[in-house]
Amino acid sequence: MSEHIVTAFTDELEHLSANLLRMGGLAESMITDASRAVTTFDLELAREVIKRDKAIDELEAEAEQAIIRLIALRHPMASDLRAVLGAMKLAGDIERIGDLCKNIAKRCLELTGDENRAAVKGIERMAKAVSHQLQIALDCYLRQDVDAAINVLDLDDDIDDHYMSLFRETLTYMMEDPRQIGSNTHLIFMAKNLERIGDHATNIAKAVYYMVTGEAATAENIQARQGTRES
Amino acid sequence: MDGNVEDFVETARNKQALNMAEMTKVDCRHIDVFYDEKQAIYDISMEIQDRAVTAFIGPSGCGKSTFLRCINRMNDTIESASVKGQIIMDGADINDPSIDPVLLRSRVGMVFQKPNPFPKSIYDNIAYGPRIHGLAAGKSELDEIVESSLRKAGLWEEVKDRLAAPGTSLSGGQQQRLCIARAIAVSPEVILMDEPCSALDPIATARIEELIDELRERYCIVIVTHSMQQAARVSQRTAFFHLGKLVEYGDTERIFTNPEDSRTQDYITGRFG
Repeated sequence: MSEHIVTAFTDELEHLSANLLRMGGLAESMITDASRAVTTFDLELAREVIKRDKAIDELEAEAEQAIIRLIALRHPMASDLRAVLGAMKLAGDIERIGDLCKNIAKRCLELTGDENRAAVKGIERMAKAVSHQLQIALDCYLRQDVDAAINVLDLDDDIDDHYMSLFRETLTYMMEDPRQIGSNTHLIFMAKNLERIGDHATNIAKAVYYMVTGEAATAENIQARQGTRES
Repeated sequence: MDGNVEDFVETARNKQALNMAEMTKVDCRHIDVFYDEKQAIYDISMEIQDRAVTAFIGPSGCGKSTFLRCINRMNDTIESASVKGQIIMDGADINDPSIDPVLLRSRVGMVFQKPNPFPKSIYDNIAYGPRIHGLAAGKSELDEIVESSLRKAGLWEEVKDRLAAPGTSLSGGQQQRLCIARAIAVSPEVILMDEPCSALDPIATARIEELIDELRERYCIVIVTHSMQQAARVSQRTAFFHLGKLVEYGDTERIFTNPEDSRTQDYITGRFG
């Protein structure tokens, strides 16, 4: 799309999206590191992840200020309006992802280090799937790619499956060895947090869908869109 | 229960949609306008709704004012201008030779960019139209028309004690409301406004916008504006003109959140040129 006549407007919008992508990158690294802290029982890394959440919070506050400024001073319309509203949603979702990663890291500090390896491996696998999903969601934001956004929505089912199987698995270990209940409960909550991160990645993809098409990302709208493409 | 509520809402929506369809006030069909050889408007067809505000937006020289002026045949007054096509109002073509343009203009009032009160008293500014059209039987009836027009224009409280003062003694915003009251006084059906707020400050603008919103209950209003925020604030339908063509016409909300045409998109987001 061509640039605004007032180039400062374009600059401000670009600055905002760069800021969000930086936030997103930070969130991605927090997922990976939180999961690594769990699998390698690296408490130092866990503490570092907890600290990193602050940086995301600061970036979110900065993005919020930029959004208020844009709305108050530039009166964005049409695609610009959608970009600004989408940015507001993205900032909120990424901030929540940061919180959830922080929570995983905090729970990591409560682990004993001799949790069932299979369950810990399960967290690692799930974290990989979730961070992959977030990565695609951020990528489709960067490229304003609706089709990729639809793919992200599909990925969410896999993550829910991951969560359910990890939940059942951990439950079995608890029943086998009641001494494991405490730390295994932390693992279940970690999995739940990862599942929620997946939901936020889905929200990001839905926001991108809205930004690009101007329609809500409902099942009917998506189906109608895919239908017209194929015919 | 939920189902019932949804049915109810659905029926209400359908009814509303039907009403909307029935309430076309001005039906413009294939309008071309030429200034001598030069074509200013290219084959524009659009239906303008009654009891609603329709905004015309577009860059300077896109033809929106020219098109607006077709609706009360103001282009007749320009020697070089010629209009082709039909404009149907209440079943009759306003360009038909049997239609008296003076009478038409009493049905289709107009408010201009610069307030242009007559160099007469506030009272006479309003009374002039009803007098020449013979709308009032006597002095008391004329007084009533003057008062109710000034009330509808939200000016009565401010001027009721100085009706004999010249219209030009009022502030710019008051003068513009006086012009709107003058337009209302002859009981028009359609009110055309050509950038009615461009010479006013933000407070006076807000008053006029509030007034437009109130008048919408009784009249079909068409407003040409350069301020897209104003179009977004006051209108229910928006038409975007570019290079003499109607590019896009639809619900204001949709035009400003999700326009279909890339030219509309570029214009309202400030990317034109």
